[in-house]
Amino acid sequence: MSNVVTDTFAWLADPANWSGSAGIPVRLAEHLLYTGLVMVIAIAIAVPVGLFVGHTGRGRVAIVGLAGALRALPTLGLLTLFVLIAGIGLMPPIWALVILTVPPLLAGTYAGISSVDRNVVDAARAMGMTEMQVLFRAEFPNALPVMYGGFRTGVLQVIATVSVVAYINLGGLGRYLFDGLVLSDFPQMLGGSLLIAGLAIAVDLVLALIQRLFLSRGAFSQPNRSQQAAVDLTDPALAGTAVQGGTS
Amino acid sequence: MEWFLANRAEVFTLAGQHLVLAILPMVFGVIIAVPLAQLARQSRGLRSGVLTASSLLYTIPSLALFIILPTILGTRILDPVNVVVALTIYAVALLVRATLDAFDSVDEDLRQAAVAMGFKPFARFMQIDLPLSLPVLFAGLRVVSVSNISLVSVAALLGIGNLGMLFTSGLQRDFVTEVVVGIIAILILALLMDSILVLLERLLTPWTRAVATTGAGTDSGAGQDKTGAAASALRLSRPKTGGGNA
Repeated sequence: MSNVVTDTFAWLADPANWSGSAGIPVRLAEHLLYTGLVMVIAIAIAVPVGLFVGHTGRGRVAIVGLAGALRALPTLGLLTLFVLIAGIGLMPPIWALVILTVPPLLAGTYAGISSVDRNVVDAARAMGMTEMQVLFRAEFPNALPVMYGGFRTGVLQVIATVSVVAYINLGGLGRYLFDGLVLSDFPQMLGGSLLIAGLAIAVDLVLALIQRLFLSRGAFSQPNRSQQAAVDLTDPALAGTAVQGGTS
Repeated sequence: MEWFLANRAEVFTLAGQHLVLAILPMVFGVIIAVPLAQLARQSRGLRSGVLTASSLLYTIPSLALFIILPTILGTRILDPVNVVVALTIYAVALLVRATLDAFDSVDEDLRQAAVAMGFKPFARFMQIDLPLSLPVLFAGLRVVSVSNISLVSVAALLGIGNLGMLFTSGLQRDFVTEVVVGIIAILILALLMDSILVLLERLLTPWTRAVATTGAGTDSGAGQDKTGAAASALRLSRPKTGGGNA
């Protein structure tokens, strides 16, 4: 067993694995590129809808129900289905990933907006703010902590799921796992797995650092309990949907 | 539909394997997480240590973990034990947090009343803390159940038998029906497990229903318990919980 470990480190240290189109830097870049692409599309869909629903309260039931139902959807199934229907290429798996990423982002945005103290919203309105100002100056800043939580979850979920995408002929760090599996090259599989785990942890740390450096500390203090409960009791299903479980 | 009828024996076998791989980790998860959470409550340092470790473990993508574990455990890569251990790790990571929240949701006055009535620590834990924290605990279990059922299918990529096999073989044979049957079967399993958990919770916490029918919305004890439960359930969704794994 110890030689598996040394072989793996030898694989990781081998300069040949760090250059060329199948090299680790390229695979890493692909992995981050897919993740970024999915996140941009998913945010462009989820945040506006979430803000609208959170602000107006319209379509709340539909969103909570949809997010809950989609949670149970197996990522691998959706990926294979999209590839079979739409063919191999970059976009089918990306769309499958977007479908899986939108619900947690949507739930996070909606939960963020509706967790804002109603008194704050009423005060903003009483001060003469327009609805847009209420949304972007009062609700949005106060909702940011919960929204950012949803974003962090989404990013990690996508990083994890992108490793599966290699199964359907795309790049990314997952390639090492499946190429290794076909060749029974265990050190390569293990090396790839360590890289993926390392990437996930590193990205999570960076996101935590961003939160600490750029987002107001005050906004992240726990809101008082009754307020949290008030949000949640109205949406028993939401708590479940907002909690990120691992998918795929 | 025809394909499903022709192959239903195989689908049921795979579903059985799928269920075993999803349920075992939940059982082990509860057995490990509850004592661990009780231990973590003893000191602040221990608590934050346990929480940090669990969110770190939860960050590791499942596919990577399925491959890393054999090296640590000395198992073969195709061994279903890897899947059970990996999913148990995720279950513990999620449940420790949920259990801590669950214990926090128990009214401190009740705890002190139990002490005043002469409950010994262990009896108090078994008869007061644990039963009263069940609603929050079950909220956590339901999340674990859905995510486990979805995660198990990833193990099919490595060739470990479960419903995920329908996806891999459907893709190889360019056969959409098989993939659709797999998705539907997994959704049904998830729904089934969720209903069982809801039912189990109802059976284990009869008092929450008794109050709900007599005086909902009043300041009754169980009402508070419920808000506490909801608050913790929401807290589960907060940033530190970590990310999804795939």
